[in-house]
Amino acid sequence: MNFETVIGLEVHVELKTNSKVFSSSPNGFGAEPNSNISVIDLGYPGTLPVVNEEAVNFAMKAAMALNCDVATDTMFDRKSYYYPDNPTAYQISQDEKPIGENGWIEIEVDGETKRIGITRLHLEEDAGKLSHEGDSSLVDYNRQGSPLIEIVSEPDIRSPEEAYAYLDKLKNIIQYTGVSDCRMEEGSLRCDANISLRPVGQEAFGTKTELKNLNSFAFIRDGLEYEEKRQAKVLSSGGEIDQETRRYDERAKKTILMRVKDDADDYRLFPDPDLIPLHIDDAWKERIQAEIPELPDARKQRYIESLDLPAYDAEVLTSSKALSDFFEETIAEGADTKQASNWLMGDVSAYMNKHLKELDELAITSEGLAKMIKLIEDGTISSKIAKRVFAELIEKGTDPEAYVKEQGLVQISDEGQLKEVVSQVLSENEQSVIDFKEGKDRALGFLVGQVMKATKGQANPPMVNKILKEEIEKL
Amino acid sequence: MTRLSSEQIKKIADAIRVAVTDEEAEKYAAELSEQLKVAGELQDLNTDEVEPTTHGNMAFHNVMRKDEPKHTITQEEALNNAPEHEDGHFKVPAIME
Amino acid sequence: MSLFGYTIKELEEKLHKKEMSVSELVDMSFDRINEVEDDVQAFITIDEEHAKSQAKQIDEAGYKKEGLTGLPVGIKDNIVTKDFRTTCASKILENFDSPLYDATVVQKLNDANAVTIGKLNLDEFAMGSTTETSAYKVTRNPWNLDHVPGGSSGGSAAAVAAGEVLFSLGTDTGGSIRQPASFCGIVGMKPTYGLVSRYGLVAMAPSLDQIGPMTQTVEDNARVLEAIVGQDKQDATSIAADIESYTKSLTEDVKGLRIAVPEEYLGAGVSEEVRESVMNALKMFELLGATVDKVSLPHSTYAASTYKMISSAEGSTALGRFDGIRFGVRSENADNMIDMMKNSRGEGFGEEVKRRILLGTHVLSSSNYETYFEKAQKLRTLISKEFETIFSTYDVVIGPTTPTTAFKIGDDSIDPLVKKMSDILVAPVNLAGLPSISVPCGFSEEGLPFGLQIIGNHLTEGTLYRVAHAYERATNHHKKRPMLGGANE
Ligand SMILES: [Mg+2]
Ligand SMILES: [Zn+2]
Repeated sequence: MNFETVIGLEVHVELKTNSKVFSSSPNGFGAEPNSNISVIDLGYPGTLPVVNEEAVNFAMKAAMALNCDVATDTMFDRKSYYYPDNPTAYQISQDEKPIGENGWIEIEVDGETKRIGITRLHLEEDAGKLSHEGDSSLVDYNRQGSPLIEIVSEPDIRSPEEAYAYLDKLKNIIQYTGVSDCRMEEGSLRCDANISLRPVGQEAFGTKTELKNLNSFAFIRDGLEYEEKRQAKVLSSGGEIDQETRRYDERAKKTILMRVKDDADDYRLFPDPDLIPLHIDDAWKERIQAEIPELPDARKQRYIESLDLPAYDAEVLTSSKALSDFFEETIAEGADTKQASNWLMGDVSAYMNKHLKELDELAITSEGLAKMIKLIEDGTISSKIAKRVFAELIEKGTDPEAYVKEQGLVQISDEGQLKEVVSQVLSENEQSVIDFKEGKDRALGFLVGQVMKATKGQANPPMVNKILKEEIEKL
Repeated sequence: MTRLSSEQIKKIADAIRVAVTDEEAEKYAAELSEQLKVAGELQDLNTDEVEPTTHGNMAFHNVMRKDEPKHTITQEEALNNAPEHEDGHFKVPAIME
Repeated sequence: MSLFGYTIKELEEKLHKKEMSVSELVDMSFDRINEVEDDVQAFITIDEEHAKSQAKQIDEAGYKKEGLTGLPVGIKDNIVTKDFRTTCASKILENFDSPLYDATVVQKLNDANAVTIGKLNLDEFAMGSTTETSAYKVTRNPWNLDHVPGGSSGGSAAAVAAGEVLFSLGTDTGGSIRQPASFCGIVGMKPTYGLVSRYGLVAMAPSLDQIGPMTQTVEDNARVLEAIVGQDKQDATSIAADIESYTKSLTEDVKGLRIAVPEEYLGAGVSEEVRESVMNALKMFELLGATVDKVSLPHSTYAASTYKMISSAEGSTALGRFDGIRFGVRSENADNMIDMMKNSRGEGFGEEVKRRILLGTHVLSSSNYETYFEKAQKLRTLISKEFETIFSTYDVVIGPTTPTTAFKIGDDSIDPLVKKMSDILVAPVNLAGLPSISVPCGFSEEGLPFGLQIIGNHLTEGTLYRVAHAYERATNHHKKRPMLGGANE
C-alpha cells in the first residue's frame, strides 16, 4: 500500500525581551542558577502576573511576519499541570483567543514553492529546568517566566524534507523580525513534531505520534524519516498506530516510546482571572506593522530585481539575516555587488563552516571587506595578494588598506619596472624560452610564476603575460 | 447529573497531586455528588445568548508593564525558604524511587 | 483604659495633644490581648516586640498627625507580610516565616505608620464562613464565646469587636468581611473589585477576592479605606479610579436617596428578628428623607451555586503552588517526587480545602467545563446585569448582611435554607464586583449582633459611607460592647 505522510509542527521560540513575560526579572541565558528570579517567578502566594508590553509587541510582530491575522481581543488562560518545573502548577498561556491565527509561510522544496498554513501563534511563559541526579532532582527557575511564542502549523507538511524547509524558513523569518535569536542549542527554538500516515487518496488523517526532544533541524528530519518508515511498516503489516509520544535517539537513529497518551491529559484551561484581556486596536497593530523590517522573500526579490544578482546568490544571501545584513552593509560601503556576494558566499561562508562560527563571531567587518574588494577592483592588489589580505581580515580584522601599505603589497603595474624583471627572468631561463617557442604553452605559465616570485606576488598578472610574450617575440 | 464515584475522586486527586485515603475518597464522592446535584439548578436557565463573565472587572483592559528588568531577591533568600536545596538549586526527590 | 469607645479621630487627638504616647496606645492593645485573647483566640501570630519597638520609634521621632500613625492594626493571615509569618491558617504554611515581600496594602499601612500587632485567624485559605476550618485554632465570637465569629475573616472581626486592635484588614470573596462583621457587631466594607490592590493577598478566587477594612465605626472604616486604595502596577486588575475623600462624604444627608430592597433578600431563611430590624432601618431611612421601593433580583437565588462553581474552580488552581518545593512544609513521608507532592498537599491541606479543590478541578475538566464552570460564568453575567438595571434607578440596595446571628461553634445542623440565604445575601456582590458595607443593625434576644448591608454601584464607596454613617448616627447599636460571656466564663 502507498502512504501519504502528514506532518504538523509545534515550534516554541523564546523572545529576547529584557525582562520576563509576567515579571520584571531579567530574561536571559546562562546566569547562575536561581538568580534571575523573583517572588512572582517562584509562584509565591499572593503574587500576581502583569504582562510585559514588549513581549506582546514581539508576539504581534512575529504573527504579522508569518502572515497571521492579529487578534483584536486577546487574553491569557491558565493551563494546569503539576510538575516541579512549574511553580504555580499552571502555565499562563493562550487558548481561545491567541494573538495570531490563520497565517502561512512559503517554502521551496525541489524547486517548487509550497504554502504551509500556520494555525495559531500564541504568547506564553516558559518553565523552569529540572536536572536529574541520582536519587534527587534539582530545579533552576531562571527560565521560568521567559516569554515564549508557540507557533502551530497546519498539517500541511508532506515529507521530512518539507518539515526541514519549513523550520528553516520559519527560523529565518523570525530572525529577520529581531524578536528571537532562534538558537536551538540554547533552547531559544524548540520543536515538537506530529506525524501520521494515510493511504494515498484517503481524506481522513491516520493516528499520529508526537516526536519530542528534537535537538536540531537535521535530527527532526531524521526522526521523521524513521517514524515515517516505522509507521508504514506497522500499517502495511495490518497493525495500528498508537497515539503516543516518542523521542528520537540520535545515536541509535530511531524513535523510542516515551509515553502513551490517555484521557487524563486534561489541562483544564480557563481564562486567567489575574490577567485582564488585551484589546489590540488598529493604531497598535499599525505601529507594530511599521516596525517589521523587510522579510527574506521580499529582500530576495529586491536583490534579483534591483541589484541584478543571480537568483541563486539572492537565495543564499537572504537565507540568513546576518549574512544578508552584512552583504548590504558591504555594498553600502561602496563594494561591487557581485564581488561582495562572491566573497560572502565563497570564502567567508567557507571560513564560517570550517570553524563552526557565526558571522557576528568573526573579526571581519563589512567595512573591511568593502575596502578589500575596492583594492582589488582598482588594481591596487592582485587577486593573489587578496587571499593574503583576506586571511588577515577574517582572522584579525586588520584594515586592508593599512595592511597592504605596511606590507608593501601594492601591485606593480609600471611597465618599465616589469620589463626589467622580465628580462632578468628570461635570461635566467633560456630552456623555458626555447620550450615555449617550440609550442609548449605550459612554459609561459612557468615564466609568469618566476616573475611573480621575483616581485613577491605583486606584479600585475595580465601585464606580466603581455610583456613576457612581447619580449620573447623580440628574442 | 451522575454521581461521582470514589474512583473518580481518586483520579481527580491524583491529577492535582493530593493524597486521599479510601475513606476520604468515599466521603468526598458523596459530598461532591450532592454539591453538583444542587448546582444542577443552573441548568434550568437558558443562557444561550449570554456571554460568560471571566474576570472581576470586565470593562477594563490593557494593563501592561514596561520591559525594564530588575533583580528583586537573591538566590540565597529564595533557597532559604525551601525545604531542601543544593548547589544553588531547589532539591526534590527523584521522579521514581 | 481600652481601645473601646475611641474612634481613630479621638485617639489621634489624644496623641496629638500628647495626652497619650503611641507606646501607651500600643500597650493598651497588648493589655487587652492579655486580658481576652485566651478566650477570643483571634490571632495566629503576635509580635509584641516588633510592635512595641515600632511604637517607640514613632514616639522618639515625634508623633505627627498623618496617615494612620501609631494606630494598632491586625492583619488577616492570608495577606502577606515580610516581617510576620504568613500561614493562611494552613498547616502547609506553618513555617512560612519569611515571605520576602509585603502585600501592597501592608506597604500602604506601613507607609501610613500604622502599628501591626499581629496576624489574624481565618478559615484555612479563607475557605469557610465560620473560621472553624483554621488549622490553628477556633476563634470565638466576643459577644458569646460559644458562637463562631463568622468567617472567613473571623479573627479580623473578633479582634476588633473584642477591642484587641483598633481596626483590621479582612478579605471578602463571598461575604468574608461582611458576614463576620455582621456576626461580631462591627463595620465591614467590601470595596469595588479592583479598588484595593490584591498584590500579596493569597488568592482564594482571584476574580472575586477583595481586601477591605473592618472597624468599630463607619468613619474609622472610611479612614482606613482611604489609606489602602489606589491603582497598583503590580495588580493588573486594580483600577485607576478618581479616589474621592471618603471621610468628606460622611454628611449624614440621605434626603432623596433612592433605596431598593430586593424581595429575595428577605425571603425564607431570614430570621424574624433580622427581618424586623431591617424593616425598622428602612423606616428610619424614610424618616430621614429617603425613598424605599421593593424590587426583585431574581437571579440572585442562583448566587450560591454560581459562587460555588466559580470560587472552587479558581481556588483549585490558586492552590496548586503549594507543593513543598520552594516554600512551606514538605511531607516527611515520601521518597519520590510525585509522592512528595501528593503527601505534602494531602497532609498540609485541611478537609474543607481538599473538598473545594477537588470540586473545582472536576468543574474545570474539559467534560464539565461548559455544564458547570461556563454556565456559572454566564449566570455571573446575568447577576451583574440585574444589578446594573437596579442601579440605573436606585442609589443603593439594602438588605440584611446575614439571615441570622452567629451559629454555635461546631453546629453542623444549620438549616439548608439559612445556608442558601447566607450566600444569596453576600455572594452576588462579589460576582458583580460591587462595593458593599455591613453596619450593626441590631441584636437578637440572646444578645448576638447582626448587620445591615448597603450595596452600591461600582466605585460608590462614598455613597455607602454616607448612608451607613447616617444610619449609625441615628442608632446606638455600634455603642454596645461585648461582654465576652458564654459557657466558657
Ligand atoms: Mg506557572
Ligand atoms: Zn506551549
